[in-house]
Amino acid sequence: MRILTPFIAVLALIAVGLVAAQVPGGQALIGIVLPYLAFALFLGGFAYRVMQWAKSPVPFRIPTTCGQANSLPWIKQNKIDCPSTKLGVIARMFLEVFLFRSLFRNTKAEMHEGPKLVYGSSKFLWLFALLFHYSFLVIVLRHMRLFMDPVPGFVAALEFGDGFLQIGAPVFYQTDAIFLGAIAFLFLRRVMLSNIRYISLPADYFPLFLIFGIALTGILMRYVFRADVVAIKQLTLGLATLSPAIVGQISPVFFIHVFLVCALMVYFPFSKLMHMAGVFMSPTRNMINNSRMVRHINPWNDPNIKPHSYAAYEDEFREFMKDGGIPVEKE
Amino acid sequence: MAIMKADKLGVSVAKAPSMMTGAIPKKDWWDVPADFKPGNYAYPAKQEIVEYHKFPNPRLWDPESDDWKLPENWKEIILQGLKERLDKFRSLKIFMDCCVRCGACADKCHFFLGTGDPKNMPVLRAELLRSVYRNDFTLAGKLLGKMAGGREMTFGVLKEWFMYFYQCTECRRCSVFCPYGIDTAEITMMGRELLHLVGVNINWILEPAANSNRTGNHMGLQPHTFKDNIEYLCDDIEEITGIRCNPTFNRKGAEVLFITPSADVFAEPGIYTAMGYLLLFEHIGLDYTWSTYASEGGNFGLFTNNEMMKKLNGKMYAEAKRLGVKWILGGECGHMWRVLHQYMDTMNGPADFLQVPTSPITGTVFENAASTKMVHISEFTADLIKHGKLKLDPKRNDHRIATYHDSCNPARAMGLLEEPRYVLKNVCNNFHEMPENTIRESTFCCGSGTGLNTDEIMELRMRAGLPRANAVKYVREKHAVNMLSCVCAIDRATLTSLNNYWNPDVEVCGVSELVGNALVMEGEKERETGLRFEPLAGMEG
Ligand code: SF4
Ligand code: SF4
Repeated sequence: MRILTPFIAVLALIAVGLVAAQVPGGQALIGIVLPYLAFALFLGGFAYRVMQWAKSPVPFRIPTTCGQANSLPWIKQNKIDCPSTKLGVIARMFLEVFLFRSLFRNTKAEMHEGPKLVYGSSKFLWLFALLFHYSFLVIVLRHMRLFMDPVPGFVAALEFGDGFLQIGAPVFYQTDAIFLGAIAFLFLRRVMLSNIRYISLPADYFPLFLIFGIALTGILMRYVFRADVVAIKQLTLGLATLSPAIVGQISPVFFIHVFLVCALMVYFPFSKLMHMAGVFMSPTRNMINNSRMVRHINPWNDPNIKPHSYAAYEDEFREFMKDGGIPVEKE
Repeated sequence: MAIMKADKLGVSVAKAPSMMTGAIPKKDWWDVPADFKPGNYAYPAKQEIVEYHKFPNPRLWDPESDDWKLPENWKEIILQGLKERLDKFRSLKIFMDCCVRCGACADKCHFFLGTGDPKNMPVLRAELLRSVYRNDFTLAGKLLGKMAGGREMTFGVLKEWFMYFYQCTECRRCSVFCPYGIDTAEITMMGRELLHLVGVNINWILEPAANSNRTGNHMGLQPHTFKDNIEYLCDDIEEITGIRCNPTFNRKGAEVLFITPSADVFAEPGIYTAMGYLLLFEHIGLDYTWSTYASEGGNFGLFTNNEMMKKLNGKMYAEAKRLGVKWILGGECGHMWRVLHQYMDTMNGPADFLQVPTSPITGTVFENAASTKMVHISEFTADLIKHGKLKLDPKRNDHRIATYHDSCNPARAMGLLEEPRYVLKNVCNNFHEMPENTIRESTFCCGSGTGLNTDEIMELRMRAGLPRANAVKYVREKHAVNMLSCVCAIDRATLTSLNNYWNPDVEVCGVSELVGNALVMEGEKERETGLRFEPLAGMEG
């Protein structure tokens, strides 16, 4: 059920896209109205969520320290994993965001008889997560070609690099294959590893299926059904310049593709996909570990909470203290 | 409940069906109820203790019964409490929203490794709370409910919370491996705070907290007893070394206030660590004092709620101010240092009545403690050794083949890794590290921290401590290690039980004990035994 329901949901989305592309006015709805709406929801929702997070304070300085702290001058500090400066934090976050450093640490634990625990390195999740995210990024950037005229130099360069193997015509992009492979890996991992399957929710499968659908329709359009690129570019460029119009015959696959992309954009801000923004805001990673050096302020710290006073303590134990030769304030 | 023999439990851990051994539960996790049986839960807090703290809903109740005598509107209280905490802690919000259930944290938790219970995977522990959060606080959950992973707050959920938030030692190991730094310890802390709101809590935390508040230390030692205990230690030191230490108590005008967990003063093997402190301070002629009022470094508020933590912690600065000391020196304790490092200055600072700590012996200014004005004993000792201020004879520890256990809090919430190692290597000739995946930031918890070192859950503790014990066993077999050193009082207590169980011939000590053993005191007699009255190598006959 956890897998089937989201699968059916994505199939349903595809069906809706397919049908809508054929009914009168449907193309304009999916090709023009929906993208604007979805984009607005995406941006608005994204900003809203980030603002909601930002509204809550970070009362305490709680970095997870993954290395030696700044202490005595002759003890070598791990400046990145246990940063005591802003620069260190930037380096830490950079490695986290761009290279998934924490996942790189991943190990696998196995229980053997004895009982004996053994740990092995386990970098597959790191590798495929990295491939997945980078291919996604390249593909999104490559799509800039459709929204800009003239095509910016870096997009052209990216395209050239991505297709440098020059397989077939149109030129085959390696990222497409890597992307599909990575999604497949992430999906299979969820299904095959018993504990990952156990923790997975429909909300984990749904975006995987959805993104797979997007990638697949995109690839089909490019290599199999040969959608009319000129007509598509006219539409997308029109969207970007706020004068959209549908001219010529565009394949229904294109509309399915667009419909799924819109679904993803709408789904994004309400889901775990917000980890994209959250990774920047996680207090255990983005804080400087200098809490003994610099005072951190908690806006709701309650000054009325006072310790049990010394006076009350002495009142209770004065006689014992005197007998024990411990100095007291009041004789 | 009688606890199984180690070999029996060992077989059970490795073979009985559990998620660690590959057995997959037949039911979805939300359909598996928490089942309270003798031995798998810690006892509820006594009514009078809850009353003492003025916490809600003091009463007699039994976790095994189906009537927990909750207040009528307990659900509202919990949901309201959750809302408040979401508004107060960005960490909680982010951690509720950003988990992608990648499972990188799953096999990092010692409770999961030892029990194989899926709900001990950090991600599921968090989901116990997250599902309720989704249901009531997110749009997706409100619209889609179960499909979005939402769950209503029910009595069954509350039971799960009580079970699994007290099967987490807030050790933060999961947080190291999570791509977003999601710290399940933070979630556990919130969960425990919420449980307190409806009077669901455990005695082994609240009673020590009450003692700490009233008497200054968690055992409830009265001032004169506290002092007497230290004087007994001085007698032992005199017998062993011929040197008389003369510590002072509550003395105004001392330069340094020394605070250590009270366990160091009254329980084995902590007392040997305390003897190490006494010898060290005598050796360098430190102008310091103990306090009976602030005689507990360990802060049981950390395991309770923010307010309690602040209240108990407040004593340290209050006492430093009253006595007019210049700065504070802190003993070997794990969570005490987490509180000092992450919370103290924020909660009870600024400590502007103190001075930036300066070692009176070496002149080193502890810039890293410029604001809290508190120095860790390992930093202090390492600095002394580096400057050649200690006369050491490491041969006196030749009967010890030591390894070092990084206590979770100093390692993962502070970054104190090298100082104790430096000290160890200078006072001890035989030192071997445990395997890489089990030390430093990857260190494994003793399995009984955060107020879980109570006897009624012994099997759980031995299971949770297994990853640590397993690493100790490795170096014991490989290098004949016979001493597990650490800088945490809870560890000294819990690792002792753990080793007695899994590695019976390995003892546990604080780093300062080995320092005390190695110190060559001026005018001392020839030493025949170590601080435990154990014969020194070469001195047996
Ligand atoms: S590692 Fe982090 S993101 Fe992955 S399942 Fe665990 S808590 Fe969630
Ligand atoms: S903080 Fe420690 S005990 Fe708690 S879930 Fe994480 S690894 Fe387990």
